[in-house]
Amino acid sequence: MEMVKVTIDGIQVEVPKGSTVLEAARLANIDIPTLCYLKGINEIGACRMCVVEVKGARALQAACVYPVSDGMEIRTNTPAVREARRVNLELILSNHDRSCLTCVRNQNCELQELAQKLGVNKIRFEGERIDYPIDDFSPAIVRDPNKCILCRRCVSVCRNVQGIGVIGVSERGFDTIVSPVFGMSLNDVPCIYCGQCIEACPVGALREKDDTERIWDALNNPDLHVVVQTAPAVRVALGEEFGMEMGTIVKGKMVAALRRLGFDKVFDTDFGADLTIMEEGTELLNRIKNGGKLPLITSCSPGWVKYCEHYFPEFLDNLSTCKSPHQMLGAMIKSYYAEKNGIDPSKIFVVSVMPCTAKKFEVTRPELRATGYPDVDAVLTTRELARMIKQAGIDFVNLPDEEFDPFFGDSTGAGVIFGATGGVMEAALRTVAEIATGKPLDNVEIMEVRGLEGVKEAEISLGDITIKAAVAHGTANAKALLEKVKSGEKEYHFIEIMGCPGGCVNGGGQPIVKAKDRMDVDSRQVRAAAIYREDRNLPLRKSHENPSIKRLYEEYLGHPNSHKAHQLLHTHYVPRKKY
Amino acid sequence: MAVSVLTENKEKFEEFKKVIEEYKGKEGPLMPILQKAQEIFGCLSLDVQNYIAEELNIPITDVYGVATFYAQFTLKPKGKYKIGVCLGTACYVKGSQKVLDKLQEILNIKVGDTTDDGKFTLEATRCLGACGLAPVMMINDHVYGRLKPEDVEGIIAKYRDE
Ligand code: SF4
Ligand code: SF4
Ligand code: SF4
Ligand code: FES
Ligand code: FES
Repeated sequence: MEMVKVTIDGIQVEVPKGSTVLEAARLANIDIPTLCYLKGINEIGACRMCVVEVKGARALQAACVYPVSDGMEIRTNTPAVREARRVNLELILSNHDRSCLTCVRNQNCELQELAQKLGVNKIRFEGERIDYPIDDFSPAIVRDPNKCILCRRCVSVCRNVQGIGVIGVSERGFDTIVSPVFGMSLNDVPCIYCGQCIEACPVGALREKDDTERIWDALNNPDLHVVVQTAPAVRVALGEEFGMEMGTIVKGKMVAALRRLGFDKVFDTDFGADLTIMEEGTELLNRIKNGGKLPLITSCSPGWVKYCEHYFPEFLDNLSTCKSPHQMLGAMIKSYYAEKNGIDPSKIFVVSVMPCTAKKFEVTRPELRATGYPDVDAVLTTRELARMIKQAGIDFVNLPDEEFDPFFGDSTGAGVIFGATGGVMEAALRTVAEIATGKPLDNVEIMEVRGLEGVKEAEISLGDITIKAAVAHGTANAKALLEKVKSGEKEYHFIEIMGCPGGCVNGGGQPIVKAKDRMDVDSRQVRAAAIYREDRNLPLRKSHENPSIKRLYEEYLGHPNSHKAHQLLHTHYVPRKKY
Repeated sequence: MAVSVLTENKEKFEEFKKVIEEYKGKEGPLMPILQKAQEIFGCLSLDVQNYIAEELNIPITDVYGVATFYAQFTLKPKGKYKIGVCLGTACYVKGSQKVLDKLQEILNIKVGDTTDDGKFTLEATRCLGACGLAPVMMINDHVYGRLKPEDVEGIIAKYRDE
């Protein structure tokens, strides 16, 4: 790599050619404030918070987009730079709804942090403000334009990373706004509720629809039996909300915290994932054997499912009819578990803790009420769970490790890896290969489907057939893949698609990683590594080896894809319009 | 949407399809297409913008961003009478939202919409600079101040009969 030498505030550093001033400054341990910059996603030099002096340049330059060149001299802390940044920030703050105390991003807000860092102690311009209505009509995402600083990070993520573009910049000057077209609600446009925009937002302008009050009410209702389940990706991220290092596995503490919050049972969505593999693996083999619709495409990601319904309705018959794992588990809790324990299903309240905002929409789908009651009553994101734990005064970091409740808390490594892109595919292949060949796999780790490449492919031979598989994560990648399948350029038997880039570990309900930290770490990779570590830690790593799954089929469901299984564990989809 | 601006007139739609064919694949097709669309349909309604987005294979927010950036474009054919209810702070505090709600009820349209007979367009505005008269609404150039929700019916009736 070609290197160049630059001097920043008198410190000489050698950096790869093509680096920006911002990147070079980090190597010199100099912190340049940023606001609109989001590595790899939004590098547009719009907010000018990061201005610096470059010797020889006429005006101040935006460090986040200005490329270094050999011998360049940069100053980041001159009076001109400081004043420009401050004026900039004060202008942003002058028409910002500065209600920090009651803001969801209080103490986790890039704007707030900047105001503190730059020592803004008064705002010299008191600007006029438009009082925008808050868009909270969707079941998943809340937009508050009064807090929006027009950085466009959400716009770039939605448009370029997800290939969707339902929010954009419109109007001009003072009226400029980031919103859906024609002032519509996200509820009325083809938004998939992936929540990637929330992850990108530096402030409190985008957030999840908060369900914590509903959960507190349920927990305080003596007539309700309140059951909670947690998705695999939550246990590798929840710790971040309590200052623990990214990638820490906090399964035991999480279970302990949930018990202390007052849940009657703490179950594991990984059980639901194992169940999904039994049903979906069987569905795959049946479709291959009986000439059914192929490729079979996974249906565990509600963001992806909604995307398919809006943008690729021609693939709806390819979607697996399997409900997503937490919906399957919810249906089992309200049927099998209710019967076995003599509890009226109308008195059971199932809460799913998910890394996902789209699940908040999923639970409202009228199809997902196998027992006549919603399979799952409410969804909490990882962030909301952290909030509840804090509200309850639980010292999370010092909690002892506890185990999930038996039976629906029993799971395998196959269930855990659902949390990372490629995981469902790997888990399915672990089981399908053994069912098809009758022989145990030599190596359960299928490396071709792991990692962060946008589209991954693998071929697995199962005796006389070779399964061609593909994995895509993030809907822009999914779109590229589906277009190739549509044109006939590519053929597969089985495709895994996750709505979020990196899969659930990077879901829209996960702890938010600040732009600055994103320069150094990729949470998708660090959290996925923890997922694979956890898989390796577990004694059982294949879904069909889960003893409780076996018992559930023996006692209740019969066999995978049985009539009863279809009634309780499978669903259907509806084409949806765009505008 | 009440009527489809795009398809209500077949000839116009055909003409517009030709426009799209002409500019598709060329450099910077959006601006000229929007100008032609405005000429042909008189406005850039949601269905017109959606059609353009689909044809050019770009997000509709890209189309809308340009359509709202330039003052030459209008999104809806405006009604004969433009009603603007001020939702500025002073008016809001004095209950202009109630006035607006009443108007929505009487005219049976939402803010931003135009009645099917093309007579009224209802809009919420920022401070009109007449805070002393709050709550305020304007119908074309005429200012009505110190409004109560119950005043609205009579005022609208006058315009209806004109
Ligand atoms: S977005 Fe940030 S600065 Fe704005 S109110 Fe919320 S915490 Fe405060
Ligand atoms: S939730 Fe996803 S689809 Fe909806 S606006 Fe945000 S990024 Fe776009
Ligand atoms: S909603 Fe958030 S991410 Fe989007 S432009 Fe506004 S401040 Fe930036
Ligand atoms: S212009 Fe550099 S961070 Fe916004
Ligand atoms: S707030 Fe309505 S006129 Fe000023």
